[in-house]
Amino acid sequence: MFDRLAERLSETFRTLSGRGVLTEGNISDAMREIRRALLEADVNFKVAGRFVSEATEKALGGKVLKSLTPGQQVIKIVHDQLVELLASGSSSLHFTGSPPHVVLLCGLQGSGKTTTAARLAWWLARKKNRRSLLVACDLQRPAAIDQLEVMAKKAGAGFYCNRAVSDPVLVAREAINQARLQQYDTVIVDTAGRLHVDQELMDELVRVRDAVKPEEILLVLDGLTGQDAVNVAVKFQERTGFTGSVLTKMDGDSRGGAALSFAAVTGRPIKFVGVGEGIEGLEAFDAERLAGRILGMGDVVGLVEKAQEGYDHQEALKLEKKLKNNDFTLEDFATQMKKIRKMGSLGDILAMLPAGMRPAEADMDTASFGRMEAIIGSMTPQERRRPEVINGSRRKRIAMGSGTRVSEVNRLLSQFRDMKKMMKRMKSMKRSGIRGGLPGLFR
Amino acid sequence: MKQGLSEKLKKSRDALAGRLASFFGKGVPNAADMAMLEEALLEADLGWKLTEKVMTDLPALCSKQGLGLREGLAVVLRGMLPANADPPGDPRPLVTMIVGVNGSGKTTTVARLAAMEKARGFKTLMACADTFRAAAGEQLALWGTRLDIPVVTRPEGTDPGAVAFDAVASAVARGFDRVFVDTAGRLPNRKGLLDELSKVHRVIGKSMEGAPHRVLLVLDGSVGQNALQQAGGFASAVPLTGLVITKLDGTAKGGAVFAMAHELGIPIVFIGTGEGGGDMSVFDPVEFTGALVGL
Repeated sequence: MFDRLAERLSETFRTLSGRGVLTEGNISDAMREIRRALLEADVNFKVAGRFVSEATEKALGGKVLKSLTPGQQVIKIVHDQLVELLASGSSSLHFTGSPPHVVLLCGLQGSGKTTTAARLAWWLARKKNRRSLLVACDLQRPAAIDQLEVMAKKAGAGFYCNRAVSDPVLVAREAINQARLQQYDTVIVDTAGRLHVDQELMDELVRVRDAVKPEEILLVLDGLTGQDAVNVAVKFQERTGFTGSVLTKMDGDSRGGAALSFAAVTGRPIKFVGVGEGIEGLEAFDAERLAGRILGMGDVVGLVEKAQEGYDHQEALKLEKKLKNNDFTLEDFATQMKKIRKMGSLGDILAMLPAGMRPAEADMDTASFGRMEAIIGSMTPQERRRPEVINGSRRKRIAMGSGTRVSEVNRLLSQFRDMKKMMKRMKSMKRSGIRGGLPGLFR
Repeated sequence: MKQGLSEKLKKSRDALAGRLASFFGKGVPNAADMAMLEEALLEADLGWKLTEKVMTDLPALCSKQGLGLREGLAVVLRGMLPANADPPGDPRPLVTMIVGVNGSGKTTTVARLAAMEKARGFKTLMACADTFRAAAGEQLALWGTRLDIPVVTRPEGTDPGAVAFDAVASAVARGFDRVFVDTAGRLPNRKGLLDELSKVHRVIGKSMEGAPHRVLLVLDGSVGQNALQQAGGFASAVPLTGLVITKLDGTAKGGAVFAMAHELGIPIVFIGTGEGGGDMSVFDPVEFTGALVGL
């Protein structure tokens, strides 16, 4: 979602890392690039401006570690600031009162409230072992009630509606009674989409809120939103005093600056992100991951998730573990390439890799993948597991066997080595406290 | 209608005009004015690239043609919009396919466009090729009842291509003048879903030569710079003939769609405001840009 921004930032830092010391001059170059990148990623222009001036201040203020290069210093400052901004408050749901606990969802039309409501019920059942009652208070959009009813079934949650009533306040109030009677511990209230400037409907939302006294009020915000995200968030916050937000459609390509805008202007946490098409498409929000992605370290976790479309969960877990333990072999590499080819758009997949790990545009065709697979296919199992045994004559044999050249074999091996190194660095950096690690940016 | 649209775009206009009022009519643009203009254009979601272009072109144009900033801006913006494509002859039925991301307002757009055509005396059919989202068919069917327009739907999980084929084939057989085919919302970076869309498009062509005659991409007016990627993704799957901007009655400016129309040369054909069945109008570039900059 932040891929373009990541690219641009790593480009900036690459040039910056070539220079000696941080000066006001080269910082302002980098910061101008950052501002521009933020704007292109739909971060609100005021937020972007403030963000950049704060980052500049910190960079010049000497709050930098002596052991880092200038490029690393700037990245660290920007990264930390991003995380700080994105991770304001807690990202889980807080229920303190007595059950049933009420969650109220609100937002503009088409932001994804109904889908989110059902996903939340599914998520709560799976992760928190809760029985949720889904309440249809969207009495505006045709067939919204039917949609929620079908989704409630998919989520395995209870469902309440009253088609005879036209006032959502009454429906909501009755739903709470029903939840008590039927001993649901959580009630999720779906409301009609409304414009933040529509006084009448906003008043109605406030009345629903006052009737059900929710412990959590979540603003469902379209992750594709542009500059307007700020207006929407501020207006909804004024009226409803929401406790957090859910950003939807976050599997869309390369944008999502709305996340930054939202966090900066409301100071409220982003609690979940919505991805994909299915009932399981709700994830706890991870600021580190998002910030890391902004800074060009890619989204290996996201890559694994995307790969799940191609194969089963068990396999994905294995891969994740392998990536973490750095015992990812050429065999795994070949398997992954096969999966990736199955997954379709290669550019999207590669965009999830850290910028430095990303092959150049020209290398990104699936044909080169086929050759790489052939090369790995021509290796012995031992060679695949321990590529360091591959000497000159083995290389020649592999090249012959795969119909490629020794230079191509060499390239593959060195790419694989770099990748392993990168993973190792990511791991050790995580341990040493530089959050997320910053691979591939300082070549 | 004209009055109504201007009224509805008032918020878009006010946001920009409010800022610009302080320097309108002052003549030669100074640096402070230009900085303010830059902010205003960015806030309107025009995007960095286009904003930069406006910032470069505008002073030169103003001094060359002796225009104030306000008129100059309108001229520059209008010049950036691609001309509306010619209507594709007069096929019967005229088949329009509606595509877009989830929640952009496709179904509502289908209903409104169908209502417009019906009001003009055309025999109109709506088809729901969104067999994925729960109750999408019901949503369109309810619109059909409300507007008294026949609707073709199939149960959830049916092949969307089959629905589209049946709808168009039956429209041909029964002598309809207009067919609107609604499709499921999808994010344009999902290859499989785009392939499905291409298939629906192809299948419609099999039920009627030359159909669909129009493929309209529906974009939420509040969308950001992602609009460009969205359109690019969809354009790679189906030949887009026009854009529809929805939900322009909030504080959203639709600037990103404007920028995208400019970038890809795809004309904006309709704009949607408000929530009623009739809140859709034919896009008027002069009026739209005028409203946007407060003329």
